[in-house]
Amino acid sequence: MSILQHTARELLGSLESREVSSVELTQACLDRIREVDERVGAFLRVNEDRALAQAADVDSRRAQRKPVGRLAGLPVAVKDVLCDREELTTCASRMLANFRPPYDSTVVAKLKSADAVLLGRTNMDEFAMGGSTENSAFQLTHNPWDLQCTPGGSSGGAAAAVAAAMAPLSIGTDTGGSIRQPAGLCGVVGMKPTYGRVSRYGLVAFASSLDQVGPLAQTVGDAALLLETIAGHDARDSTSLDLPAPRFSATVDEPLQGLRIGWAREHFAAGLDPEVEAAAREALAVYESLGANVREISLPHGKYGVATYYVIAPSEASSNLARYDGVHFGYRTDEQAMLSELAEERRRLESAKDQAGLQNLDTVLVRMYRRTRAEGFGPEVKRRIMLGTYALSAGYYDAYYLKALQVRRLIRQDFDRAFEQVDLIAGPITAAPAFKLGEMAGDPLSMYLVDLYTVSANLAGIPGLCLPCGRTKSGLPIGLQLQAPALEEERLFRGARMYERATTWHLDRAPL
Amino acid sequence: MGITRQEIEKVALLARLQLSDPELDTMSNELAQIVGYVDQLAEVNTEGIAPMAHAIELENVFESDQVGESLSRERALANAPHHNSIGYLVPAVLGD
Repeated sequence: MSILQHTARELLGSLESREVSSVELTQACLDRIREVDERVGAFLRVNEDRALAQAADVDSRRAQRKPVGRLAGLPVAVKDVLCDREELTTCASRMLANFRPPYDSTVVAKLKSADAVLLGRTNMDEFAMGGSTENSAFQLTHNPWDLQCTPGGSSGGAAAAVAAAMAPLSIGTDTGGSIRQPAGLCGVVGMKPTYGRVSRYGLVAFASSLDQVGPLAQTVGDAALLLETIAGHDARDSTSLDLPAPRFSATVDEPLQGLRIGWAREHFAAGLDPEVEAAAREALAVYESLGANVREISLPHGKYGVATYYVIAPSEASSNLARYDGVHFGYRTDEQAMLSELAEERRRLESAKDQAGLQNLDTVLVRMYRRTRAEGFGPEVKRRIMLGTYALSAGYYDAYYLKALQVRRLIRQDFDRAFEQVDLIAGPITAAPAFKLGEMAGDPLSMYLVDLYTVSANLAGIPGLCLPCGRTKSGLPIGLQLQAPALEEERLFRGARMYERATTWHLDRAPL
Repeated sequence: MGITRQEIEKVALLARLQLSDPELDTMSNELAQIVGYVDQLAEVNTEGIAPMAHAIELENVFESDQVGESLSRERALANAPHHNSIGYLVPAVLGD
C-alpha cells in the first residue's frame, strides 16, 4: 500500500532512479485492485498479464539504458470508451460487449508510446451518458469514501480507481462534466482541457462538439504530467488544434503573481448545500491569503446551461449513435425471433383487415434495426436518442436545436466578458456532495440538474479543473472547480497547484 | 407543452427504436418533463446571435492528399455480427 501513497511524479522519479521497478509498482496496483475492487467496482476488466509484461519490458529497457517514453513504467487506467486494438472497448454497453477495435485511439497510442503500463478498463455510464455510473450495463461502481454513494459519472470508474489508490493515473472523458464531477465526488483531481487540445480519434463519440479526453490523478502536478502526454495536434481529428502541447508539469509549481480570481454570484445561489458553500468560500479565502485578488463576477446565462446542453448533447448523440445498426459491428438481435415476431404481427393485422396497420408495419430491415437498438441500448441512452431525435425533427429544429446553439454563444460571451476582469473562475463543482446509489433512479431531470456548474465549460470549449477542497461532516469529499480561458491550461494548473500547496485535502485517502 | 403518444411513436420510428407500450408511456412522461424544462430557452433574447456549433470555430481544415494505411477487408469485417468473406450479411431485403 505504501508505494501507492506516492504521487505519479514521485513514482516516476523512483522508476527513473531504479529505486522501484515498474513490475513492483504494477504488482502493487494489481494487488490493491484485488484487495478492494470487489467492493468498489471501478474496473470492468483488468489485464494482469499484459500490464506485467509491459512493466517488465520497461524495466529491462531501463536496465539496459535504452530510451524509454515519458511515462515509462507508470500504471494508467483507461476509461472503456477509448479504442485499444488489443482490448475490448465496450462503452459499458451491451451494444459493444464484444467489440474489438481494429485500431488504437490516438490517446491510447500516445500512452503506449510513452511506455505507460495499461492496467485495465474502467467502468462508466453507458456511452458516457450519465452522472453516477449507474447507467453501466455491466456493474455498479461505489464511491470509495462511502460505498453506499455513487462515485459520480460518467467517468466514475476512472475517479474511483484513483481515489481508492488502485491506479496513480487515470484517463476519463468529459462531455458535460464527466471528468470533473466524479473527481469532485471522489476527492481527486480531474481536468477537462480546451476543446481540441486532445485528439478525439478513436474516442467512441457521444456529442462530438463537446467531448474531450482528460486526466484524473491524486494531485494537480500528476494531472499536468498526464495531460502533456496525451495532448497535441492530430491530423486524424479535424477539430484538433494545431498547436504544440506545452510541458505543463515543468511549470505547474510556479505560483501566479497578481492572480485575479472571480466567483460567479450564480454559483453561490439557492440550492447550494451549506457545507459545500462553506468549503468553496473557504477556498476563496485561501486564495486571498495567497495574495490573489478575489472578486465577484456574473455569468448571467449560466442558468440556461443545462437546458442548452440537454438539447445539443442529445441531438449530437442521436446522430452519432445512428451507426449502431446491427450490421457493421456490435450487437444484432436474433434474426429468427425477429422474423417470427414480424410475421405474427402481419397475420394479426391481416385477419383484422387493418390496412393502415399493414401499411405502417416495419420492413424487415427497419425491424432489425429497431429490435437491435431496443435490446442493445439501456434506458438512459434510449432517452437521449429520443430527445435528440425529437429536437432535430421537422417543426422543432428552430425552436430547440437552433435556439440552443444561439444560447451557447451567449454562454461563451459571458465567459469572454468575465475573463476580461479575472484570470480564473472558482466555485463549487456540484451543488451537493455524492448522493446515494439509487437515489436519482426514475428521475432523469433531477439527475441532469446535477450538471449545473459543469456543462458551461463544455458548451464554451474552455478548460476546467476540479480538486479537493474539503469534506462534509459525514466525511464525503467536496470539490473546487477552477475554469480558465481557452488554451490557458498552464494558468489553470498553476493556479490550482497554488491552492493545493497551501492545503492538505489532497493528502487524505479514502478509508478502504 | 405536452408530447402526444403519436409523436413519441413517430420519433421512436425515426430513431429506429422499438419501444413497448409501457416504455412509450414512460418515455412520453419523461420527455414531456425534460422538454418542459428546456422550454425556458424561449425566454432568452437571441435576436441577431449567430448559432455556435463548435466550441473552437475552426474553418477549412485540410488534410494533405496522401494515400495512407487503411483497414483490410478482414479487419473491417471482423466485428460484424454476421458476415462472409466478402461483406456484411443482412436479412433478405428484396421482395419484402
